[in-house]
Amino acid sequence: MSAETNTAIREVLREHARLPVDVDTLSDDADLFTAGMTSHASVNLMLALEDAFDIEFPDRMLTRSVFESIGAITGAIDEIAVQNGQAA
Amino acid sequence: MSVVVDAERELLDEIRRIAGEVAAPVADEVDRDSRFPIEALDALRSAGALSAAVPDALGGPGASLEAIARCCYELARGCSSTAMVFAMHQIQVMTIARHLDGSPWYEGYLRDLHREQRLIASATSEVGTGGDMARSIAAVTPSEAGELEFEKQAPTVSYGAHADDLLTTLRRAPDAESGDQVLVLTRSDQMTLEPAGAWDTLGMRGTCSPGFVVRGKFGPEQVLQVPFSDVMNQSIVPLSHILWSHVWLGIATEAFERARAFVRASARQKPGEPVPAARRLSEVMAELALLRGEVSQALADFIAFDTDPGRERLMTMASVLRFNNLKLAASEQTPRVCGGALEAIGILGYKNDTPYSVGRHLRDALSARLMVANERLLATDATLLAIAKEA
Ligand SMILES: Cc1cc2nc3c(=O)[nH]c(=O)nc-3n(C[C@H](O)[C@H](O)[C@H](O)COP(=O)(O)OP(=O)(O)OC[C@H]3O[C@@H](n4cnc5c(N)ncnc54)[C@H](O)[C@@H]3O)c2cc1C
Repeated sequence: MSAETNTAIREVLREHARLPVDVDTLSDDADLFTAGMTSHASVNLMLALEDAFDIEFPDRMLTRSVFESIGAITGAIDEIAVQNGQAA
Repeated sequence: MSVVVDAERELLDEIRRIAGEVAAPVADEVDRDSRFPIEALDALRSAGALSAAVPDALGGPGASLEAIARCCYELARGCSSTAMVFAMHQIQVMTIARHLDGSPWYEGYLRDLHREQRLIASATSEVGTGGDMARSIAAVTPSEAGELEFEKQAPTVSYGAHADDLLTTLRRAPDAESGDQVLVLTRSDQMTLEPAGAWDTLGMRGTCSPGFVVRGKFGPEQVLQVPFSDVMNQSIVPLSHILWSHVWLGIATEAFERARAFVRASARQKPGEPVPAARRLSEVMAELALLRGEVSQALADFIAFDTDPGRERLMTMASVLRFNNLKLAASEQTPRVCGGALEAIGILGYKNDTPYSVGRHLRDALSARLMVANERLLATDATLLAIAKEA
């Protein structure tokens, strides 16, 4: 995973996850739902990530666990990039 | 035939007998007086039916979800409230069995439940969050000597005054976010339920579901350890929608059968003459077939999704939408069938004291749309539709 991906994900989180805490204080494996992300906000986050990375999350990835941390989101985006034949 | 299948057939025979001989004869009285159907619950206890879903590994009969769902349907033919009490209790038992994750306390509890035929009520809704199960206000709070405690303002606790034990959603700790929840089971000697209001409702009167201020004191081992979002998505929500809708299907079927009996009696009175009510009954039959189709398909889908390793498929948005669709469709269709049956029968259906009365069925059926407001599910679906690709 590149540093740019991580920075880009954090940028989308800052704008769309509506967290009550500063995104920079969260580690890559911090639980975003425990940090206060609502399920409504998580859907907006998914939409914004699809837009920012120009990807589509398939239904099987649309689960809570895929979006529960920055690390998990990175893994999902990497997986889609590999499937699309791009270098992650 | 395997032993399990024979045992399930025996259970179903016994449930049918209880529905017809114990629950149905007092269903009008239970409804009129808004009283708990105690004789039906006693009979279910004697039949060992309260522990039907306790897995065989814990000494229980380990009945399948299909068998439990069928029981809900059969009981509802006799008495909606009895069936709904049975359904809610089984949802609680199955939820614990599916998520106890080797916990010795919970394993011991299910063994006790089987031996003593204990009845579990639930307090998931709350004053302030209503039917939003994914948020809590009351919290697990440290008490003296390593114990824990909580106080929850519960607006609606079905059979709260008649239950042995209670399953409650709470925030994990006093400083946890509203969505950071756990499930806690407290036994009757570990809690008090202070009544807060009455239960004088349009329907489902025998579920006896008033509000309570619940106060519990319990050990840390009674906090179910698995993440609550897993428990909610893999069990509580889909199982509730499946078992509730089997209850509703039973109510609708009973209303339809009363209309059919009315049409048959009318046809016998004037042989050879057309029976106008038969045309309306034909329409109602088609509506009932739609309801039955969706209820059976949703059960089959759940069983298929549930075989997925790690139950991942039940965690997808497509799954949330699928079982919300069941609840939305079944809760709209059930009063439609009951209302259609009433129109087919006419005045004898509208009167409360004829063999063709369906007023009680219609009133009970109207609870379906509010038992977690459809508006709430539609709002959730609307959000998920923005991102989900299938369904
Ligand atoms: C027969 C019966 C038995 C029950 N038994 C139990 C039980 O044993 N334990 C238990 O915990 N609960 C029980 N309940 C309560 C049930 O779970 C719901 O909490 C209750 O029906 C009210 O919650 P609600 O969200 O539907 O509506 P409320 O929270 O009371 O909201 C009122 C109305 O506002 C609208 N609304 C509110 N919020 C939203 C939203 N976010 N989006 C869209 N519309 C909204 C809806 O139209 C809703 O009908 C029972 C209910 C019934 C009818």
